[in-house]
Amino acid sequence: MTALCLAELGPDGAVTDASLRALTFARGLADGEFAAVVFGDAAGVPGETLAGYGVTGAYVVEPGSVPGYAPVAWARVLAGLAAELGADVVTAAATDRGSEVMAHLGAQAAVPVAANCTAAQRSGPGTWRLTRQRWAGLLLEDAELAAEPALLTVAADAVAAAAAAAPAALAVHVHEPELADGDLRVRAGESPAGAGGASLASARVVVGGGRGVGGPDGFAPLEELAEALGGVLGVSRVVTGEGWRPHRQQVGQTGTRITPELYLACGISGAIQHMAGCQGARHIVAINTDPGAPIMSRAGYAVIGDLHEVIPALLAAIRA
Amino acid sequence: MEILVCVKRVPVVGGRIVVTPDGQDVDTRMSGFAISPHEECAVEEAVRITERLGGTVTVLTLGPAEAEAQLRDALALGAGRAVLLEAGAAEWGPLATAAAIAAEARTGPGSGAGGYDLLLFGNEAADTGGYQVGVRVAHELGLPCATGIKELEVAEGTARARREYQGSREEYELPLPAVITVKEGINLPRYPSLPGRLRAKRAEIERRSPAERPEGLRKLGLRVPAAGRQQAQVLGTGAEAVPALVDLLAELGVLP
Ligand SMILES: Cc1cc2nc3c(=O)[nH]c(=O)nc-3n(C[C@H](O)[C@H](O)[C@H](O)COP(=O)(O)OP(=O)(O)OC[C@H]3O[C@@H](n4cnc5c(N)ncnc54)[C@H](O)[C@@H]3O)c2cc1C
Ligand SMILES: Nc1ncnc2c1ncn2[C@@H]1O[C@H](COP(=O)(O)O)[C@@H](O)[C@H]1O
Repeated sequence: MTALCLAELGPDGAVTDASLRALTFARGLADGEFAAVVFGDAAGVPGETLAGYGVTGAYVVEPGSVPGYAPVAWARVLAGLAAELGADVVTAAATDRGSEVMAHLGAQAAVPVAANCTAAQRSGPGTWRLTRQRWAGLLLEDAELAAEPALLTVAADAVAAAAAAAPAALAVHVHEPELADGDLRVRAGESPAGAGGASLASARVVVGGGRGVGGPDGFAPLEELAEALGGVLGVSRVVTGEGWRPHRQQVGQTGTRITPELYLACGISGAIQHMAGCQGARHIVAINTDPGAPIMSRAGYAVIGDLHEVIPALLAAIRA
Repeated sequence: MEILVCVKRVPVVGGRIVVTPDGQDVDTRMSGFAISPHEECAVEEAVRITERLGGTVTVLTLGPAEAEAQLRDALALGAGRAVLLEAGAAEWGPLATAAAIAAEARTGPGSGAGGYDLLLFGNEAADTGGYQVGVRVAHELGLPCATGIKELEVAEGTARARREYQGSREEYELPLPAVITVKEGINLPRYPSLPGRLRAKRAEIERRSPAERPEGLRKLGLRVPAAGRQQAQVLGTGAEAVPALVDLLAELGVLP
């Protein structure tokens, strides 16, 4: 069985964490050729990583063929390679780009796409049993997929990134795709982003504030605390919905997914859509006046009390 | 500017999701329903554009007859016309949904390929999260498409759409007509005004009954993941808990 996987490269030229997980997932499906598509210069292909993850063939599409990110063209490349290699399954990480490219691929070929898979197994020729996430992972769907090739995106928490037991013998091919008219019509112009979102997603400490903060003026002590702990502020949807803080600070299903060592959730009830964004937190500590709040069964530790009293006292103690 | 916005009716789930005994659906006996959040922002964005450039916002949903309520919510926010594609109680897959939406779009008031100057979608539906219906509609109609958009500028003939990706900013320039899928945060939807709500209550809803088509991805059942539910260890009450909290932060290695 042949598997094909999109390997996205980060700004540093390395395979992104999300794609390493997708490669790990896809390797489990391949038992013959395991091909990866990389968009970038052939000279910069992270061959050692790809071989380490078991990839047998890397197909490099250079900027001369496809300049930068162009979703329709990327999908066309995957479609062409899938046909050429006779791929049984094509995968990408369920990132904004991975999801978008797979959707175009599915649309071009009028075949289904299973988004955010956490497990997949072939059950017969051209048929698959799989599990995929709904509700941002709060619910799982077991499904049957009949499609050749099977198009899957891999959920962020489906598997941990793990190299193969032994590196594969990797062949690197420069691939010159055949594009159709208009495939490059939509292209991303890229520039460095302003401050915000990115640091929330990767912060080591997040101090969260919810409706319990009480209003737009209540966030200063939380920000001070976040700063003292080398972290950033995150908020609930009530807070952004009221216009108290900008949406880029929102944690949850329709906000940012965070992965800190510590998430200190203050005045946040722990609605499932909020918790969908902090499943990746190592430790959750709640400060809440209500000992019966749902967050009490999701946090490891809790302080029962008014955040307006606890946070200043905590700040004073840290600074003492 | 003629704009089509596609919204989906989804349950509003609170503390936890419960699956029906047959394992086929989310138990909604205790929940209300709402427009999926990204799409509520799509409605707001469309209304703002027509407030500036003129034209009409048409809101469309494919779902059960009860989804009329979500269309009226969108009308209350400022949409001018509403279309309900009655699909019964069964869940349609993304291919069938996109085909029905594209067929309806072609009958739109505009002259372009898709009957509209701009077609707005959510990036993904909150419940099934397929991440594809907008893209599929774009292909059916032969229109350019950008997804996951958090900033949109529309002028006659073009749209400039932006999103952030891995610390960099991506900007797309699309000729209109185009399909754009948006995310919550692109704007802050207004509260419906009283006159808006009254108008929405009386507005006519156009109904059609498209035919479903089978697809290759079939749901077998739903289940709630076995989460590590626990009971938080209470460190104390009020400011008295602070010494224990400081000890804990030290133990976790997050103190300066
Ligand atoms: C499809 C969908 C997607 C959603 N996506 C998101 C998302 O991405 N992120 C998100 O956050 N939500 C999201 N939500 C909304 C979510 O369901 C909740 O409504 C929201 O998270 C609640 O925010 P909250 O905890 O701040 O407010 P509340 O639920 O009102 O909780 C406030 C809490 O503060 C406590 N409190 C009050 N005063 C104090 C005080 N002085 N000191 C300490 N504690 C106090 C209360 O006991 C209570 O527990 C989504 C909803 C839907 C339907
Ligand atoms: N039943 C539906 N009715 C109207 N629009 C829909 C429907 N299903 C999906 N959409 C639109 O397509 C987007 C993406 O949905 P999905 O691909 O299912 O995640 C949603 O955000 C909606 O804008």
